[in-house]
Amino acid sequence: MDSARPNPYFRNLNAKAAAVPMVLTTLVVFVGCSIWTVVYSFSASRALPINEFVGFAQYDRLFSTSRWTKSVENIAVYGVTSLIFSLVVGFILAAFMDQKIRFENTFRTIYLYPFALSFIVTGLVWQWILNPTFGLQQVVRDLGWESFTFDLISGRDTVIYALLIAGIWQGTGFVMALMLAGLRGIDEDIWKASRVDGIPVWKTYLFVVIPMMRGVFITTLVIIASGIVRLYDLVVALTNGGPGIASEVPAKYVYDFMFARGNVGQALAASTVMLTTVLIILIPWVYLEYGKKKQG
Amino acid sequence: MAIEPRGTRPGRMLDPTRIMIYGVLIVAAVYYLLPLYVMIVTSMKGMPEIRLGNIFSPPVEVTFEPWVKAWDTACTGLYCEGLKVGFWNSVQILIPSVIISIMVASVNGYALANWRFRGSEVFFTILIFGSFIPYQVMLYPLVILTRELGIFGSLYAVILIHTIFGMPILTLLFRNYFASLPQELFKAGRVDGAGFWGIFLKIMVPMSLPIFVVAVILQVTGIWNDFLFGVIFAGTKNFPMTVQLNNIVNSTQGVKEYNVNMAATILTGAVPLLIYFLSGKYFVRGIAAGAVKG
Repeated sequence: MDSARPNPYFRNLNAKAAAVPMVLTTLVVFVGCSIWTVVYSFSASRALPINEFVGFAQYDRLFSTSRWTKSVENIAVYGVTSLIFSLVVGFILAAFMDQKIRFENTFRTIYLYPFALSFIVTGLVWQWILNPTFGLQQVVRDLGWESFTFDLISGRDTVIYALLIAGIWQGTGFVMALMLAGLRGIDEDIWKASRVDGIPVWKTYLFVVIPMMRGVFITTLVIIASGIVRLYDLVVALTNGGPGIASEVPAKYVYDFMFARGNVGQALAASTVMLTTVLIILIPWVYLEYGKKKQG
Repeated sequence: MAIEPRGTRPGRMLDPTRIMIYGVLIVAAVYYLLPLYVMIVTSMKGMPEIRLGNIFSPPVEVTFEPWVKAWDTACTGLYCEGLKVGFWNSVQILIPSVIISIMVASVNGYALANWRFRGSEVFFTILIFGSFIPYQVMLYPLVILTRELGIFGSLYAVILIHTIFGMPILTLLFRNYFASLPQELFKAGRVDGAGFWGIFLKIMVPMSLPIFVVAVILQVTGIWNDFLFGVIFAGTKNFPMTVQLNNIVNSTQGVKEYNVNMAATILTGAVPLLIYFLSGKYFVRGIAAGAVKG
């Protein structure tokens, strides 16, 4: 270490050694594996990856497969609905929690515990509650409302709502926690000033506090959105894609074609589309964040 | 209530706005608690009671038979050895994965915070943005890589995968924490002649217990709840508890025993739930770390 001629490449050698796992992870996994997937998505690979490149043929097939288009449609509906719902409800809950209420810790513990559970557990519990023979539907029927139907899981058009109910149940508490942290970061003086000016509380939230929390909203949005793209476990546990293909999602398409159906080319094309989606979400965010830093 | 000072509390309990706020919070709390309640009551009923009764009613005759069955003899379609197999597999995956991923990430975060070198921030940025890439994009090449390394379908593979994908969030956590410690400590260590590892082990680690707790909580819940990596990389005989649970409940053979299924579901959720209820604020800090950029 105390060499007479300090060579810049050997300075900080320990730190560089400590960073080897990170360098390998970024270069080999995040960059290398992603590039490999993109490249081989243009190949004619079937059961094993092969070096015969066929342009966009895999993508043509992908988008003419009803299972894939249904998957994309599902994730779009699921994504938009759950984003809006969890942001709105998460924010409202956080705003209510911020009113100096009693038992704040108890409420927070209750709202957040689903987030500690596996999607498999969440999926299976809701599968049971939404079970048409024994679940919620039967309970209401037993109360005397004989014609009540709440059979989300067996209906092709309704099964997506079953996924939404379970997904929102698991995720809203997390949004609430982030929003609450954001609200706690708002200067008390803002509230004092708006009270002095006689501005109603809801107006202060809508026109002052929410614009001030833009950063929290955007970050939350990016985190949940990139989580939604990889939605997989919940579907496997709750519906396994059924009935038919009614609740298929892109991540499941990738898994099934990669490991069960032995069609690697299709799986890689599908995962490249997923990657592109994430980039479309991510790039404006990076641009916003880094653009801001440069100006500041 | 009489002990409290009078008049100064901003909202009186009977204020209509307060009633509305508590009303909404309580309704939401009921919605959140309902599945947990249903899970517990279902798991303690006998099958005849489930067929006749209602999922919300408490058990008339409390039985722990379903729990014993779920743990010991429930069938996955192939074997009838219960969830205990998956539980021990999960433990075997969990312990080394948590230890190794935290060791690697803490040293890495320390290097990034205190020993920056040319390019270190670039790699860190790629690492953070890499965490947004859907796992599906990297799965197949990782299967090839682990197969080439000769560890595909073993505990080693799944431990490696957890270490890789735990790295972004953990590194961020440690880097930000070490950077927030007073620099004087680091400089004093340097003056006293301590090197990279000396400062890390003697100064940084002892001062960072809270962040290690946060990291352990984050990793234990994350790895325990994992399904995808377990099902792909661990190999059939090492399937973690989540995979086995799904195989038990969604197996198409035999009569569905909803009470056993719910007991199995609670058993799988028990570890993260226990950690969650015991750790409280540390858990919140861990999940919020992902949202606070460095």
